[in-house]
Amino acid sequence: MSLRRPAKDQPESFKFNASSLEAANVIVAKYPEGKQQSAVMALLYIAQKQNNNWIPLAAMKYIAKFLDMPYIKVYEVATFYTMYNLAPVGKYFVQVCTTTPCMIRGANQLVEACKEKISENEFQLSDDKSCSWTEVECLGACVNAPMMQINDDYYEDLNKQKTLDILDKILNGETPKPGSYRGRVNNEPENNRKTLVDLKNA
Amino acid sequence: MLKLKVNEIEVEVEEGLTVLQACEKAGVEIPRFCYHEKLSIAGNCRMCLVEMEKSPKPIASCAMPAAEGMNIKTNTALVEKARKGVMEFLLANHPLDCPVCDQGGECDLQDQSMYYGVDKSRFKENKRSVPEKNMGPLIKTQMTRCIHCTRCVRFATEVAGVPELGAIGRGEDMQITTYLEQSMQSELSANVVDLCPVGALTSKPYVFEARPWELKKTETIDVMDAIGSNVRVDTYDWEVKRVLPIINEDINEEWISDKTRYACDGLLHQRLDTPFIKYNGKFEKASWDEVYKIIKSKFENTSKEKICGFVGDLSNMETGYIFKEFLDRTIDTKNYDSRSDNRFINTSKRENYLFNSSINGIEEADLILLVGANPRYEATILNARIRKAYLNNNTKIISLNDVDDLTYPYKSLDGKTQTLNNILEGTHEISKEIINSKKPLIIIGESLLRLESSEFLFNKTKEFLLKNNKISDEWNSLNVLSTDAATVGSIDLGIINNENNLFSDLKEHKFDIVYLLGQDNLEFDKKDEFIIYQGSHGDKGAESADIILPGAAYTEQDGYFTNLEGKIQKAYKASYPPGEAKEDWQIINELAEFMNNRKLFNDKDELDSSMFNYLNLQKEKQVKDQKNFPKEFQNENLIIKVKDYYFSNVIARSSKTMVDCNNSKLNLKSTGTEG
Repeated sequence: MSLRRPAKDQPESFKFNASSLEAANVIVAKYPEGKQQSAVMALLYIAQKQNNNWIPLAAMKYIAKFLDMPYIKVYEVATFYTMYNLAPVGKYFVQVCTTTPCMIRGANQLVEACKEKISENEFQLSDDKSCSWTEVECLGACVNAPMMQINDDYYEDLNKQKTLDILDKILNGETPKPGSYRGRVNNEPENNRKTLVDLKNA
Repeated sequence: MLKLKVNEIEVEVEEGLTVLQACEKAGVEIPRFCYHEKLSIAGNCRMCLVEMEKSPKPIASCAMPAAEGMNIKTNTALVEKARKGVMEFLLANHPLDCPVCDQGGECDLQDQSMYYGVDKSRFKENKRSVPEKNMGPLIKTQMTRCIHCTRCVRFATEVAGVPELGAIGRGEDMQITTYLEQSMQSELSANVVDLCPVGALTSKPYVFEARPWELKKTETIDVMDAIGSNVRVDTYDWEVKRVLPIINEDINEEWISDKTRYACDGLLHQRLDTPFIKYNGKFEKASWDEVYKIIKSKFENTSKEKICGFVGDLSNMETGYIFKEFLDRTIDTKNYDSRSDNRFINTSKRENYLFNSSINGIEEADLILLVGANPRYEATILNARIRKAYLNNNTKIISLNDVDDLTYPYKSLDGKTQTLNNILEGTHEISKEIINSKKPLIIIGESLLRLESSEFLFNKTKEFLLKNNKISDEWNSLNVLSTDAATVGSIDLGIINNENNLFSDLKEHKFDIVYLLGQDNLEFDKKDEFIIYQGSHGDKGAESADIILPGAAYTEQDGYFTNLEGKIQKAYKASYPPGEAKEDWQIINELAEFMNNRKLFNDKDELDSSMFNYLNLQKEKQVKDQKNFPKEFQNENLIIKVKDYYFSNVIARSSKTMVDCNNSKLNLKSTGTEG
């Protein structure tokens, strides 16, 4: 990991659209008057969602003005957290978990699949600019390892072929079904529950 | 008061102080990098770890509030080990480039690693390297050396009021930078160079110039503005290498403005080092005897009413005094002035032209009204105090004019004198606020004193304050913001002519001989006047002159300056005048001797004691009012004319660094990236 830099090609301006603005106002209203700067992280995330998963400098300036704080303070926050993307990552942003449990269960196959289907390197956009991938640290779904996250959804219990299929779908503009790809319900054991079977809501 | 023990020494400290401050009170030195008295507490360098009884771990003394009954130990094996550990971590990524680092010899990291560190490193991996950042023409960066103490970030945000510095990234990749690497837009920016405990931020104009131990250090006074900041001038032979602040809590605290610090390279350029005479529009070198001879014959062949003299903005008080004596006694004329235009100054009482509440008093004020002043450019250090008052007490600040960014929020009015008049008559909402506040401050800038109705407004302001008991022995709300180092001193010495308007006479060409003593700011077209210019730099005054007498700059002669509060301070000689140039008082003394065969003063001591006698007498004397201003009110637009900050005097105008500063500001404006 190294310091992430803002992209070279930056849009001229940025503005919240109606739904983002509404969401932003809801967040800002949660904080007492004069403390609205506390909303900066949430607003950065809203901006990232609105702008195809990345935050341009114009958005940082916009948020700084929106919250009446210095540009550098917003810039500090945006560069601190790795989940804020400062350069375009595509409409579909694939994050492959490669932390130990996933790694043991074959996360490297997922990485291979991404390299085949999307691009050779992390954060490199696919040919049609719609997609990029990166390795990330634990996403907290170790029971369903190996797994990856595409935008807001988790795709779990994968292997290379299944990953290739999913990536094919997103590259065609479809949205594949999230969740386990070995037919599990959430993170229940395979072939049904073996304990607490008499409890309905366990 | 809290009682605690430090290394078995009992100390009593006020509530709210930290363990580190308690240790200092006990006379125990605590090493530190991130902690600074004038900045907020960060607690991120961990160098100040001490042992506290009943605490399983060492504590960061800078961030721990002192409490009753604490037992602090700083000389135990645990503390020693902790310091060694912290030092090793700090040095892990710090390059070993002390031999080529400008901070070498005055580096906190270097010194403290000698005292508290270990002589070996167990770090075998590659060291981190960080690209250099652009922070403008004054600050050179070498960010690989940065230890992330964030002093610079806190200074920019808190004291300078320009939140442009920040720490981006995280962990090992953390970097200190300005927003998108623009230069820092502050007149206090170079103070981060002093604050930086390592060589990450060093002085760009001073880069690789000298080592601290090679320099001769002279503690003296700055003349770039009327504040009278205390500075240390470092010289290498004749050359002034750099100017650093020294602490004076009553005046500049620990800061100095960029102009004070970096205009010093102007002392090396455009210098007048030999007398010149103008023949057919061309200057030719001459000897002192020749020029004295010409001046003598000119003076002798001109009637005394046709002779006038002007003292400039950087002249020290001795020079002003001997010049006045020269004109009074040798020439016998009263045609002298220290102003550069017909600005209203009521000399009847000293409080009429001083910053009466004192710079320290700003911090106590509860309401500040600025009329015709832009303190950010006219008195940068004073502006930092106003900002401090705003931060600490949330002081309300009102300005009659909109003067752009002052680094703190203020309410601006319409800039019409009618509004001021309304306030003073009590018909404006603000007048009530002034009356109701305990310690209001009215800061009158020189721009107001240049108005047609300046006398009316000034006297009315004073009346208003007197009527509402805002001028007393305890608190004096009347404050005049002078802009030049020589202003108050010269008025104290009575170098001001309230009988005639010398400036209009000058424009009407009523004088035959004009003697300019370091005065470059007069606006008049030369016709047949014979102009004598005495000064240090070849600028506007020298250009128009017929005879040039090379004088000394403020670092090259001892001399007193009175700052805007009326504090008299002595500037000491750090260097000597170049070439054949002489100290200013000496030139006038010799000229007097040449003309009358008698010196005005035998030596500098006699001059000094005579001057102080005069000042003491003057204190008791009441001077009558002046006549040049209409007494009635006129509605005018108050326009604040501030001299171009980076070019406000001859030294700054000769400085290349100041040109760079100005350009960096212009560039930023033209790209429009700031908004």
